[in-house]
Amino acid sequence: MASPPVDQSGWRADFPILQRKIHDMPLIYLDSAASTQKPQRVLDAMTSFYAQHNSNVHRGIHTLSEEATTAYEAARDKVTSFINASSRQEVVFTRNTTESINLLAQSWARANLRGGDVVLLSEMEHHANLVPWQLLRQQIGIELRFIPVTDEGRLELEALDALLDERVKLLSVAHVSNVLGTINPVELLIARAHGVGARVHLDAAQSVPHMPVDVQALNVDFLSFSGHKMCGPTGIGIFWGRKALLNAMPPFLGGGDMISVVTLDEVTWADLPHKFEAGTPSIAEAIGLGAAIDYLSEIGMATIHGHEQALTAYALEACAQIDGLQLLGPSSANERAGLLTFTLDGVHPHDIAATLDERAIAIRAGHHCAQPLHARFGIPASARASFYLYNEAWEIDALVEGLEEAQRLYAF
Amino acid sequence: MDPLARETIIDYYRNPRNKGHLDAPTVSHEEKNPTCGDVVTIELMIEDGVIQDVRFDGHGCSISQAAASMLTERVMGQSLADVQALDKEAVMEMLGIELGPARLKCALLGLKALKVGAYGLESWDWQRGS
Repeated sequence: MASPPVDQSGWRADFPILQRKIHDMPLIYLDSAASTQKPQRVLDAMTSFYAQHNSNVHRGIHTLSEEATTAYEAARDKVTSFINASSRQEVVFTRNTTESINLLAQSWARANLRGGDVVLLSEMEHHANLVPWQLLRQQIGIELRFIPVTDEGRLELEALDALLDERVKLLSVAHVSNVLGTINPVELLIARAHGVGARVHLDAAQSVPHMPVDVQALNVDFLSFSGHKMCGPTGIGIFWGRKALLNAMPPFLGGGDMISVVTLDEVTWADLPHKFEAGTPSIAEAIGLGAAIDYLSEIGMATIHGHEQALTAYALEACAQIDGLQLLGPSSANERAGLLTFTLDGVHPHDIAATLDERAIAIRAGHHCAQPLHARFGIPASARASFYLYNEAWEIDALVEGLEEAQRLYAF
Repeated sequence: MDPLARETIIDYYRNPRNKGHLDAPTVSHEEKNPTCGDVVTIELMIEDGVIQDVRFDGHGCSISQAAASMLTERVMGQSLADVQALDKEAVMEMLGIELGPARLKCALLGLKALKVGAYGLESWDWQRGS
């Protein structure tokens, strides 16, 4: 066995829920790709907002409203520098990645694409980056194309020659696969798509929380991610786009806060980013996300990525010792993010998850919102263990013991 | 999970009773759970409103397959009226465990296949006026 990665952190202690016992055992939380746990300071930031500053934003003259607005907009500044956006006006608060992608489809794509135009996706997309495009296909008759996935769980780049032509107006792909863990070669994909004049959107739900992401260095056009997958609360997500593109886009949702002047006959839109933030936003959640970004930034995204890669390498080596464990995705840690999706011969993923739950280990079992990808690999469901900064090597040892127990109980 | 209940469930999972097919079923109905890929088919031989013979087939987790197998034993020789009385509680009682919402879907897959299949037959009969 490889020597376990150093648990340099004490980061686990920052998360109150990880002090919890499940069935009288310490909780081992290996489901961060679904949603992460929250450090105390995120909870404190949200409690403090509600206890001291709660009010609506962008409306009032009174003290609380000014404080709430300042805190909400400060959170936007934190997101702006976290992904190195060139302007805070490019950072739109949404509910989650799914809403961000629906915004892209219903605003930018619906205004700029017409029947016969192509949106290029891949076979490894989360339903969030598939269904909005299927809806748009029904609405305006676009064509969808898919970059195939190889048996090793990589995008089949050789297929790009045939897939990319001037009819492709948008490439929308996962930066990191939520099932395979593959870190896709997005610099290459972005350059290739730009080469035919297409725009590029990255579903960064599994990348921004785990590694440094710089939208300007990537030279990408649009990017989406969720707060709850990066130590923040649910109900807050980010849609980022280049300012010139956002300026030319029609609003997504209409209502209060996104307008400049309204008469009964006419309406003019508010400036960016408010044009895309109709109605009272998730104020406490944005502030919580800001606190999460502070927390992650102080540790450093490169440090977090390194910790997860060490855990992944350790887990890959341990899992290779389990007979009948079939891993999905690349077998080397350096081209994957901190998650392992697998099947265990003779043991249904539900039975794996139930056995592990009895040992206080939380993993995900099912199709992880990627049914087409599971169909591609000919399996109905799989089990997924995913890591974050608060995981430690002993938890992977416990996972391996639990998997061996599941085999003993169920396999035949 | 209660160890005794789990032992029983695993026994039914590994050594399923009444798994297979009937030569000429009067009813055959398949139900799937797309979230986990569980599949259960129930085949019934019904005469005069009584289940004379029953088989199940399928694949999936231990709960879905064991519950379907236990269900076949339970309804063998019963009337369709008896089947009507079977509910969620009856399945949990057979399994001997309490289940959360996700696994409840697994546990009830067989019952769903049975009810849809059996009632489908009744309503088909009713529409035919027989």
